[in-house]
Amino acid sequence: MIPNNFTGFIAVVKRDCATCRLIESALADMGGALDLLVYSQDDPHFPAGVAELEDDGELEFSYRHEIEIVPTLLRMDAGQEMQRLVGWQREDWRRLTAMPALGADLPVFSPGCGSKSADPGMPERLAYKFGDSPLSARRIEVATQQDEYELAFERGWSDGLPVAPPTEARVLRMLAGTTRSPSDLVGIIPPDNAPCTVEKVAINAVMAGCKPEYLPVVLAAVEAACRDEFCMHGVLATTYFAAPILIVNGPIRERIGMNASHNVLGQGNRANSTIGRALQLVIRNVGGGRPGGVDRATLGQPGKIGFSFAEREHDSYWESLAVERGFAPEESTVTLFAGGGVHPIGDQVSREPESLTRSLALSLRTVHHAKDYGGADALLIISPEHMRVFRQAGWSKARFRRELERQTTVEGRAVMRGADDVAVGMPERLAHKRLRKFRPGGLLIVHAGGGAGMWSAVITGWAANGPRGSIPVTVAIQS
Amino acid sequence: MMKLLDPTSERQPARRETLPRPKSLADKRVALLDISKPRGDIFLSRVEQHLRSLGIDTQRYQKPTFARVAPVDLKHQIVSECDLVIEALAD
Repeated sequence: MIPNNFTGFIAVVKRDCATCRLIESALADMGGALDLLVYSQDDPHFPAGVAELEDDGELEFSYRHEIEIVPTLLRMDAGQEMQRLVGWQREDWRRLTAMPALGADLPVFSPGCGSKSADPGMPERLAYKFGDSPLSARRIEVATQQDEYELAFERGWSDGLPVAPPTEARVLRMLAGTTRSPSDLVGIIPPDNAPCTVEKVAINAVMAGCKPEYLPVVLAAVEAACRDEFCMHGVLATTYFAAPILIVNGPIRERIGMNASHNVLGQGNRANSTIGRALQLVIRNVGGGRPGGVDRATLGQPGKIGFSFAEREHDSYWESLAVERGFAPEESTVTLFAGGGVHPIGDQVSREPESLTRSLALSLRTVHHAKDYGGADALLIISPEHMRVFRQAGWSKARFRRELERQTTVEGRAVMRGADDVAVGMPERLAHKRLRKFRPGGLLIVHAGGGAGMWSAVITGWAANGPRGSIPVTVAIQS
Repeated sequence: MMKLLDPTSERQPARRETLPRPKSLADKRVALLDISKPRGDIFLSRVEQHLRSLGIDTQRYQKPTFARVAPVDLKHQIVSECDLVIEALAD
């Protein structure tokens, strides 16, 4: 390390850099005329002819002085950096050193190379190594003979699939995806009601396989899950199929490469596959919510590994889910819906909106149970080819909603207990009322999917919906 | 040596031991908690009938919704009025 109160010049170089090799003789000249310290990143014997040569193979000096380019020349006064030059610019070096003949046989300009301390992943590793880590999570040591992937399974951190080992370097890289401090509180996670910081979310996002740019979406999803109206504790504890399903709207969808097209609800897109998983891992690991523990699902469903997707907004004829819920189109949002699995609705024949609406209603009337008219929630996903029918007829989303409500309202007597020789149904006192299938505000409609195929889909909401259970929540995504 | 960051809350949830089973229900008051799931009331009525036939005092309570944990006030009320609870969990 440099002596305290050092006054003079410091050069940082590496042999692997052509410009550093080019100026080797100039550095030797400077060493003979000035107080010059040279820090060498990759070869303690380079450059030749310099008396005060320091080995910076550990990169501590480069890290602490934020060296990004080699060569870098610093003018120091009493231990303070006064001026900095990067790369070789002969006139600048001459002026700074007051050596008017410096590098007479060298070109006037040669750009430098990247500092080894700025290699990909290196800043995070150096931050960890030199003790400047902002992270406070407990460290778990992996024994030499131990496999870190197996350790994650043994400790119960995994949802059954391998998780990426959350090393400090990976977590620091993940945290670069947000401007929020690692110690910021995001929410209180059920069922253990454990406080969850940005750092804990980042650790679980690493494990889920997220990229740093997904982290703001995950943070917003965790925040939404912690809202009282979403009732995450109940969504977890229920015997029903429910899982938090994430629908992403706004510009961030394209920025992070989310899929809103072919196989939108399926596998294959990293953002879609990992963002919802990160939320579930937070609930599992921070909240302590595990199947067989507080998670009492009878059957569950594959989406409980993680279920997130983006709305197809660019060619939608209708306003997006987020706009319907009061957000501007340029805002990025995540909506959480407590839902079960995907139920396909196929209609390859209807070319008129009236027919298609009636056709969709036939399937929608069966969610939960064909005789349940207690005011359900559901998420209806309209595919582009079904959307085309409404676009060609000029049907707005509001008109579709009105007509759909009409088509999903029935006479109570048709669905009361015992009707059709089926015990389940609505109470007899409602026999003479008209009953609506869906809770007002409980039917969410999004446009998604590939361009071909007259398939839409419905996802049934949790049986305990509305104020007595879960209400969908939309949260703006912050940077 | 590789080190990983702990993804958990770093605390085991406070382990609360259940109270020992009473040897007898004599002089005890039993809370019957309906969590608002269908037919829970029918089950509890049968339990109540049995207990009363044995001369055991009972008191009925109801959660507003099964989907949410019991309100703090309700829990306090049960604790202050009764010695043990029988809860009808599922339909």
